[in-house]
Amino acid sequence: MGAFLLHRLARLAAVLFGVSLLTFSVLHLIPGDPVRVMLGDSVSGAASGDQSQSAYDNLRRQLGLDLPLPVQYGRYVGHALTGDLGHSFQTRRTILSSIRDALPATLELAFAGMAIAILLGTTLGIIAALKHHTWWDTGIMVLSLLGLAMPSFWLGLVLLLIFSFRLHWFPVTTEAGASAIVLPALTLGLGTAGTIARLARASLLEVLRNEYVLTARAKGLRERVVITRHALVNALIPVVTVVGLQFGQLLAGAFIIEVVFARQGIGRLLVDGVLSRDYPMVQGVALVAGVGYVLVNFLVDLSYAWLDPRIRHA
Amino acid sequence: MPTAARAQDALAEAVFTRRPRSFMYDAWRGLLRSRSAIAGGVVLALLILLAIIAPLISSYDPTAVALRTRLQPPSASHFFGTDEFGRDILTRVFYGARISLPVGLIALAIGVSLGTLVGLIAGFYGKAVDALLMWMVDVLLAFPGLLLALLVVAILGVDLRNVMIAVGVSMIPRFARLVRGTVLSAKENLYVDAARAIGVPERRILVRHVLPNVISPVIVLGTLSLGVTILTAAGLSFVGLGAKPPSPEWGAMIAEGRQFLQRQWWIGTFPGVAILLTVLAVNLIGDGLRDALDPRMRV
Repeated sequence: MGAFLLHRLARLAAVLFGVSLLTFSVLHLIPGDPVRVMLGDSVSGAASGDQSQSAYDNLRRQLGLDLPLPVQYGRYVGHALTGDLGHSFQTRRTILSSIRDALPATLELAFAGMAIAILLGTTLGIIAALKHHTWWDTGIMVLSLLGLAMPSFWLGLVLLLIFSFRLHWFPVTTEAGASAIVLPALTLGLGTAGTIARLARASLLEVLRNEYVLTARAKGLRERVVITRHALVNALIPVVTVVGLQFGQLLAGAFIIEVVFARQGIGRLLVDGVLSRDYPMVQGVALVAGVGYVLVNFLVDLSYAWLDPRIRHA
Repeated sequence: MPTAARAQDALAEAVFTRRPRSFMYDAWRGLLRSRSAIAGGVVLALLILLAIIAPLISSYDPTAVALRTRLQPPSASHFFGTDEFGRDILTRVFYGARISLPVGLIALAIGVSLGTLVGLIAGFYGKAVDALLMWMVDVLLAFPGLLLALLVVAILGVDLRNVMIAVGVSMIPRFARLVRGTVLSAKENLYVDAARAIGVPERRILVRHVLPNVISPVIVLGTLSLGVTILTAAGLSFVGLGAKPPSPEWGAMIAEGRQFLQRQWWIGTFPGVAILLTVLAVNLIGDGLRDALDPRMRV
């Protein structure tokens, strides 16, 4: 496990370095002068020449663009390590505090969406496999295909229309307690539930063909025991793997759902940052999201290696 | 010559002189065996046809303002109703296919071509080149697809063309990894060693002997990914980072319908159905192709 851990840590460090390099480069990859792009009309517009020049110089200095590139990168990483991600160009707030305020809403949505996806996906997948070649199976597979093909932002609006505007079961706004998370989480979770259902079905069908299942049946075990004790345990291993992999996609999916339901999460921060050319905000959110995603994947990898010795010896 | 011997000869001739079945033939036969793939193909063909003949089947202008007919519910004269500017939603959905389909396809083409190139070079040349390219792919993978696309749009600017590039870039890692893996195993084939032994230049080996192995898995993954590119591009337009009004791009149309959701549900609903049908059709074709060409990828 020691060598495996070292190898993975080295890879983690290399990827984190790359992530920092990429987010740092955002400002430098913008076609044209980033300061002019950020200042927009105020430089070229009505402001007098001296004023606009001083605003230009100030922002350039504030962003550290007057320094040599390696020094800029060193400062960027140094500051990021101490939690200093700079200030929003639009709100003037520190980016860390904006992210700290917004992150709980995004995580809440992502976890609730994941819970729905796992619960619904595995249940439907198991039913489809156990009722293989019946209308149940066909119906569930059609539903999962629809779930995969549906634009989540559109599904969110349809759910709002039916359950909030027509039936009044759920509030329209986000500030109305626990029930407000139901529709966004459903919107986010349904697509992933489709993926999980397909996988759980395929996996259970394959496991049910194994000889140990035949043996379990042959020795007279009740079907329920065969399924729950022998088949399901093994069938759900690939499902767990995919759940780990899907979490990042779900988190990114949450970014768009936040716009649909007007939730103040980090997706909203990022989209607003892109629209208002608030590059420090874009860099900060991308860095936090990228590093968080890489670390979660690293932990998932380690847990697999711990659970399955074949992985760490591969 | 006895009949049995003649039959043997005929069989031998059939076996040894039969031309190898082409890749396209396999793909086509496989698709025809799948009823759902045929259904997907028919729906997609219909959508493409409607997009092409849109000016012939609708007398309405997709972008011209007609305030006298604004916010009308679906009726005999406007099957999908009209929006806040009185524009016929059905016409806009037809014209929208002219944007949303090519946007998804171009984004996919960018992802496939760059991803395949990176995977080919990394897998074939190995060592430091492989390590460097795969490190870059790992860094791209550190950002979930949509986040990466958002980052690229942030850099390039808010614009539909940039959305295509952004979604294409977010597709690079999946193709680079697939192609690299395929190249690594194809490289081990005896015919590659043989080609090298008789002095065939490396680049020619790469193009003539290794590349053909990659085509089938790339086409399967490409078809399965088209739905993702269409959905991601529409999502970016929905949040205001892609197509701008009055464009009838489907994601932008849904965004326009958002503020009228409570009373004029039809404005945002029908473009969503169009996306759903398109992605469903593409996914069904993708599933059929995968089963025909690469059943191992089956879930």
